[in-house]
Amino acid sequence: MAGSLLAALVSLDGAGHYFHWHWIDISYANLTVIALMVVTFVAALFVPFPGRRSKKETK
Amino acid sequence: MSSTEIDRQWTTRLRRRAARRLPPEKMLPDTQPAYVASWIYVFGVTTLSALAVVILSGFILALKGPQWWHVSGIGHFVNSLHLWSVEIFFFAMVIHLWGKFFMAAWRGGRSLTWVTGVVTFLTSIATAFTGYVSQTNFDSQWISTQAKDGINSTGAGSFFNVLNFGQMLMWHIVLLPLVAVILTGLHVLMVRAKGVVPPFEEKVEAR
Repeated sequence: MAGSLLAALVSLDGAGHYFHWHWIDISYANLTVIALMVVTFVAALFVPFPGRRSKKETK
Repeated sequence: MSSTEIDRQWTTRLRRRAARRLPPEKMLPDTQPAYVASWIYVFGVTTLSALAVVILSGFILALKGPQWWHVSGIGHFVNSLHLWSVEIFFFAMVIHLWGKFFMAAWRGGRSLTWVTGVVTFLTSIATAFTGYVSQTNFDSQWISTQAKDGINSTGAGSFFNVLNFGQMLMWHIVLLPLVAVILTGLHVLMVRAKGVVPPFEEKVEAR
């Protein structure tokens, strides 16, 4: 059921969709994965790690 | 046998050298430095965990053969597990690479740790590529025929043929994973020996 709902959101039938900009030619699927990696990287830098004391507490 | 002779044995020398470089408390440490308590440090171990799932699901696929997933629901599930663990493997490895690049993780005599990481990354790309051409479907036919032209134009096609299914499958399930796993093992041992790279020192203003 959940799989069918997800498949309805993103149709994987037929040719893929591509982003074109000058010489850049990349599928939206790959572009989405790269964007998610960038978001995860930035979040990993700024989201506080559980159990870590702040600098003020350690001083 | 005299103690001098024992000292000269290669097994003795190797054991002593290994024990000196990697004592038990470094090999399996109880604690890590405070700076490791950050999300950016979890992507290395995420990559390792994904690699374990990749290898385990690959073992099952190897047991049943490359066409199994076309004719079995369980086969399709294991094949999907293999694919998605590879996706997580690369996702985590790229973030690990970005993190270590901006930390300049080759500092403090860690250049070989960095180099083994880079070579493992390149080997993993080749392993993934040979996996895509071993799918035994139209996708693998398309990828291999397209790759053939590109690879032949570089001259590398004289050493291997991406249209040779048997060769690509053997590379995918034997040679390349062996290299990737050995390099990963060396990489982890080097991290254990040298420790996790510390952050750049904060600039302290003079008072």
